[in-house]
Amino acid sequence: MPETPTALHDAEPRATAPAAPGAHRLALARLRDFALVPGIIAIAVVGQLVNPVFLQYDNLINILQTMSEIALLVLAQTMVLVVGKMDLSLESTFGLAPGVAAWLTVGGGHSLGLLPGWAAVLVVLAVGVLVGALNAVLIVRFGLSGFVVTLGMLIVLRGLLTGISGGQTFFGLPDGMLYLGTTLWAGVPASIWICVLLFAGGIVLLGYTRFGRSLYAIGGNPDAAKAAGIRTDRVVWIVLIGASVLAALGGLLLSGRLASVASGQGNGYIFTVFAAAVIGGVSLNGGRGTLFGAFTGILLLYMIQNVLTLAGVPAQWIGALNGTIILVALVMSRITSGKRQT
Amino acid sequence: MSTVPVVEAHQVCKRYGATVALDHADLTVLPGQTHALVGRNGAGKSTLVSVLTGLTGPDSGTVLFGGEPAPRAADRDAWRARVACVYQKSTIIPDLSVAENLFLNRQETRGGLLRWSAVRRAAEELLDRWSVAVDVRRPAGELSVEQRQFVEIARSLSFGARFVILDEPTAQLDGAAITRLFEHIAELQRQGVTFLFISHHLQEVYDICDTVTVYRDARHVLTAPVADLPRAGLVAAMTGEDTGSAAEARTTSARRGAPPVLRVRDLSLDPVYAGVSFDVAPGEIVGLAGAGGSGKTEVAETVVGLRKADAGTVHIGDRRIRPGDVPAALAAGVGFVPEDRHHQGFVPEMSIADNATMTVMDRLGPGIFVRSAERDRLAGTMITRLAVKTPGPELPVSALSGGNQQKVVLARALAGDPRLLVLITPTAGVDVRSKEFLLGKIAEAAEAGTAVLIASDELDDLRLCDRLVVLTHGRPATEFPAGWQDREVVAAMEGVDLDA
Repeated sequence: MPETPTALHDAEPRATAPAAPGAHRLALARLRDFALVPGIIAIAVVGQLVNPVFLQYDNLINILQTMSEIALLVLAQTMVLVVGKMDLSLESTFGLAPGVAAWLTVGGGHSLGLLPGWAAVLVVLAVGVLVGALNAVLIVRFGLSGFVVTLGMLIVLRGLLTGISGGQTFFGLPDGMLYLGTTLWAGVPASIWICVLLFAGGIVLLGYTRFGRSLYAIGGNPDAAKAAGIRTDRVVWIVLIGASVLAALGGLLLSGRLASVASGQGNGYIFTVFAAAVIGGVSLNGGRGTLFGAFTGILLLYMIQNVLTLAGVPAQWIGALNGTIILVALVMSRITSGKRQT
Repeated sequence: MSTVPVVEAHQVCKRYGATVALDHADLTVLPGQTHALVGRNGAGKSTLVSVLTGLTGPDSGTVLFGGEPAPRAADRDAWRARVACVYQKSTIIPDLSVAENLFLNRQETRGGLLRWSAVRRAAEELLDRWSVAVDVRRPAGELSVEQRQFVEIARSLSFGARFVILDEPTAQLDGAAITRLFEHIAELQRQGVTFLFISHHLQEVYDICDTVTVYRDARHVLTAPVADLPRAGLVAAMTGEDTGSAAEARTTSARRGAPPVLRVRDLSLDPVYAGVSFDVAPGEIVGLAGAGGSGKTEVAETVVGLRKADAGTVHIGDRRIRPGDVPAALAAGVGFVPEDRHHQGFVPEMSIADNATMTVMDRLGPGIFVRSAERDRLAGTMITRLAVKTPGPELPVSALSGGNQQKVVLARALAGDPRLLVLITPTAGVDVRSKEFLLGKIAEAAEAGTAVLIASDELDDLRLCDRLVVLTHGRPATEFPAGWQDREVVAAMEGVDLDA
């Protein structure tokens, strides 16, 4: 390439012009990941002013533990959204998976008690795999609309849980199911560890592996992803199954913490999950968003909820305030990110 | 320099149903050339491109790369190592960085983890090597069309291909960007890259290409060095006539004395078109001619309010139409046949009657109600008038053939007895019979006193016109009175000067 040096000289004057604004934009793009951090700090300050209990260790641990189960749903949904799909049925899997495990292992009442207690955790995860695979078959193999498939699945799975439980709550869960929800590791509840580690692992997966990057490629431009040699169908399969397994695991953590599986476990969670993801900068159209952003989204929502409780807001009003907070947070993140939310 | 052709297509045939897309077509590109492939719409250029890039297999005939047979269709890597194509449609992922787009799914990893610094460095080296000045950390969606093309060219070269197909690369670029693109192509050519350049603008062929191949009606017509081929000869090869036939005389129905129905003054929409002014008299048919990307479609869409001009005015009758206000334009008496009937022309699952009367629902009953008897009567009249082949007005439009669908779209435009008809490529994709019929109906409407504006690059559509305004790169270039010759108009649309 004898000509290359001259070509480089040609290029130089052009290079300087776009580089400066480019670097500026890059800094902004980085900041977008941290868009909610000022909000989180502000809420912490407000919370401390409202009630000095807020920033105490026990309260912070309490916030993290109550959000750890739903945070796994946010983690799962974020990956599904990035790859350009949606999974509404996650909230039902969240209830059904531990429900089936309890049904099969607990004796008496509505339960069958067919399996020994140690098998419960395996059943939970197996239900997750099964639901995810079923979603994937319908969405990927038969090309059905992901929104409607998982909406149908949401209703079916919820109905299954109501059916097997007779609308009652399962009690007396085997020890294996209680372990993760009740144990402390190094003085911190195991569910917080699991949540934080899974998020950390997810951030590495999405940011630093070919597989993770292929999620963004598929969500952003499926044809271009295919042209780059990515097996798009297989990736979507893996993501849908992985998401359902995460939802099942989240359900297991909650069941363990409450030592029971209510027939309505997870009911209505999906709205909070979507709100957290969108506030955290994840696009509903696929291809955009980070797990760090999604984590700050769910953290912000739960901190606000905790502040409201500490401020003595009557429980009956929490729902209305929660909805308002989600809307306000959406407007705020629209302003800070400067991008149209889609 | 070696004389084994980089690519050689030999007697390639391809049919799509009844349409012959390629009829024993040949193409030979020698190394180091910049080879132009030109032809009018439907000449078979796009089909040849998809055969050459391995996206479509030919029905018969052979494709050789460097004297060796083309790889199997499934072996995408082998294809990518031989030929690259920069399409008009972007193949980048907008939210990912330039570096990541360049090395998608082949990023450097260590222990399964990406090494972002290495990926960025490799991307910088790649872009440096092909002298593309773009910050690799920027999201690719922020790049200009020009930068995106450079990035796509560099990416294709990184797979080892030294033969690049550019499919109308200048269609979305402005003048300065086109100059930079050409400088770049010349530079890459010096480094041993061979180009196949597809363009609608013949002037560009003369600017940067050494050899030109002309296709017409799915056949290879000629291949010649650009220097040996005068412009008139090139245009003649594309249109298929040596002398050029005069436009068929249609007794004009224009009422010259009457005040114009449509007055367009200094209409500008940056960067699509600028300084467009013209009048259309009652009963007159005016053609807005131009190649793809010339701005003709956008001007017509501005007249009906689908687009909002930055400057200038549109008057229909005495009324000034508020920019970007479709209902106002329709109320002022505009009937509109949009460019893409599938997207803007009709609702496929609704009945013919509903579609044909969609613009005049307010006349079909009292208040907010629609009387179905009234609707079917009006639709029945339109079906008879336009000879739509259908068992009845209740059939969904999706069940009709292309020609009949277009008749329904025209029916919708005519349903309100418009003062002004605006038609964009009104006969695109319909068979010859329906084409003649549709054009006849348009002439009939003009005779009844309707002003007609046709935006098209089809000579058959334009022959109907009393007057042509030709746009090139968004500027009104030439105006032709009736009696123009095909070759003059084609030359003006393709941006060549026949006398040069």
